[in-house]
Amino acid sequence: MPEINLTIRNQVGLHARPAVLFVQSAQSFQSDIRALKGGKEVNAKSFKSILALAVNQNDEIIVRAEGPDADLALEALSRLVAANFGEP
Amino acid sequence: MKQLKGIAASPGIACGLAFIYAPLDLSIPDRAPDDAPVEWERCRGAFSAAMGQLQDLRSKAALEFGEAEAAIFDAHKMILCDPDLEEELKAELQTGATAEAAVDTVFRRVISSFEELEDPLFRERAADFADVHSRLLCILLHIQKQSLARLDSPVIIVALDLLPSDTAQMDRARVRGFCTARGGALSHTAILARNLGLPAVTGLGDGVLALADQSQIIVDGNEGVVIAEADEQQWNDYQQRAQASMRARAADETDAHRPAVTLDGLQVEVVANIGLPGEEVGALQAGAEGIGLLRTEFLFTGRHVAPGEDEQFEAYRPIFETMGNLPVIARTLDIGGDKPAPFLNLPGEANPYLGFRAVRIGLARPEMLKTQLRALLRAGYNHTLRIMFPMVATVEEMQAALGLVEESRLELANRGLPFAEAVEVGTMIEIPSAALISDQLAPHVDFFSIGSNDLTQYTLAADRGNPAVAWLTDSLHPAVLRLVDYVIHQAHAAKIWVGMCGEMAGDLDAIPVLLGLGLDEFSMGAASIPAAKALIRRLSVEGTKDLARQALAQPGAPSVRTLVRNWRQAQEKNAL
Repeated sequence: MPEINLTIRNQVGLHARPAVLFVQSAQSFQSDIRALKGGKEVNAKSFKSILALAVNQNDEIIVRAEGPDADLALEALSRLVAANFGEP
Repeated sequence: MKQLKGIAASPGIACGLAFIYAPLDLSIPDRAPDDAPVEWERCRGAFSAAMGQLQDLRSKAALEFGEAEAAIFDAHKMILCDPDLEEELKAELQTGATAEAAVDTVFRRVISSFEELEDPLFRERAADFADVHSRLLCILLHIQKQSLARLDSPVIIVALDLLPSDTAQMDRARVRGFCTARGGALSHTAILARNLGLPAVTGLGDGVLALADQSQIIVDGNEGVVIAEADEQQWNDYQQRAQASMRARAADETDAHRPAVTLDGLQVEVVANIGLPGEEVGALQAGAEGIGLLRTEFLFTGRHVAPGEDEQFEAYRPIFETMGNLPVIARTLDIGGDKPAPFLNLPGEANPYLGFRAVRIGLARPEMLKTQLRALLRAGYNHTLRIMFPMVATVEEMQAALGLVEESRLELANRGLPFAEAVEVGTMIEIPSAALISDQLAPHVDFFSIGSNDLTQYTLAADRGNPAVAWLTDSLHPAVLRLVDYVIHQAHAAKIWVGMCGEMAGDLDAIPVLLGLGLDEFSMGAASIPAAKALIRRLSVEGTKDLARQALAQPGAPSVRTLVRNWRQAQEKNAL
């Protein structure tokens, strides 16, 4: 199963608007997408579960995807994080 | 005729229809569940109805308050399309729960799991789930959630208590008065009512909620009573009084721009308390001669990152520009404790009012306080800036704070930026220790401003937000008056001036006493200014001195109020 490491750089972490964008992006793919932080693994398409991971600024997460568009999904999510969710 | 007695929280009389703003009852009724697929359809129906409401709210919020405010509804919408929550709901329905019971169980579980998170930023998200939880239950249980945002006709609001979240979107133009079961003279409702110039009676007991919705009631904010089922004569009598008090108010407003000069020729400074940029405009219209308290918390509360110097400068500058050369007293950051700011990352405290807050935080994080001081000094350039510190308890704190003002000036001078040079620096007197050592504090500062709300709650050891003890927090208690008397004496002995910026300064019962004690400046909510100025013009300093002495000797706040009201009635009779 392909996976990537992402470091969340924006100020509030995966919270508020960035969390909404992250989950919306994940939901747009067919593949099963999981996010892992500190030994906890959650469904990246669940807003509740992503928030409950409590990902802060500079935290590292692992994202795994499995399914027909797994590579595309990982690429999209890493671009979103690299672009700092469109924040300055 | 039915009469309920409460606390006279805001003066005036209103006659009108009761609007019972009842707390939501979201208890789950017993109901035999249908088959799981039927209950699931009910859930889906509620989810899609909630989605529709949120779409609607989002577009309205975006129009009225901007994108940032609207974004909160995006989070709520995400909760409605969460596959994990869907799984949990389905599992709950499989156990034979009704749709409403399943929603209740699943959301309560999620809310408590968020409340247990260590990170305060993420812990706060429990509120979003709680909001969606009550939205879904209202739909499933067919409960019409009341709103104060759109009132069809003028009403008197009857509520358990009102929170800022209830009143933020209130349709102010259609509210005539307030009655609440809980709360005292310093509750949110009381302060709001005085700021709006509307009558309010608080602390009426839960019986007030049993009044019939849409029935005719009378609120007498002067006497602290609410009357229901009045007979015709009584109703007419009160309506005449309500109209007379509206006429008096209109006359006061016409005169509001004249200075407040006492009968014996002393001009008293009457200024306004504001908490948001833009409010200074309303304050000037109401007759304010300056800003006696600029609360700066608006820049800090709810922020995840502290605002920088330039951002603060840009926020303060328009206020100074509007005020021109009139004085503006900025109070430095008064957060912490009950006014949380996420960027501070402070742990919860068992006793926030006695905890790490206000200048205590500022002195522990001098860079943060100096950032604010530099922004204020820059914004006050070519204007009349005064600075004061909240919650000073000791001389050492005062000296440390003054040291930071000096450092801030030096830093700005080194950067070659223009800033206000001659700035009066003062301190709030709101902790009894500060009042008792006011003789030692006075030589260090240019002025005192008595924060009567906190001074009252600390002196009487009664939390003004706690309905069980709110009745104790009346600033006219002789213990508070004696501290005020002492502070004014010490200040005048040191040749500095004293103002007051709590609710007490605009309280018509308190003003004659404060004038007699020698208070130099009165700072209040803008709506209180016209009546306060009109009252001061009818008083003489010499005449109020004796009243003040008698007030100090009274056994409690109610007898001080009775004393002042009888004295004023006698004065007005003499004047006729």
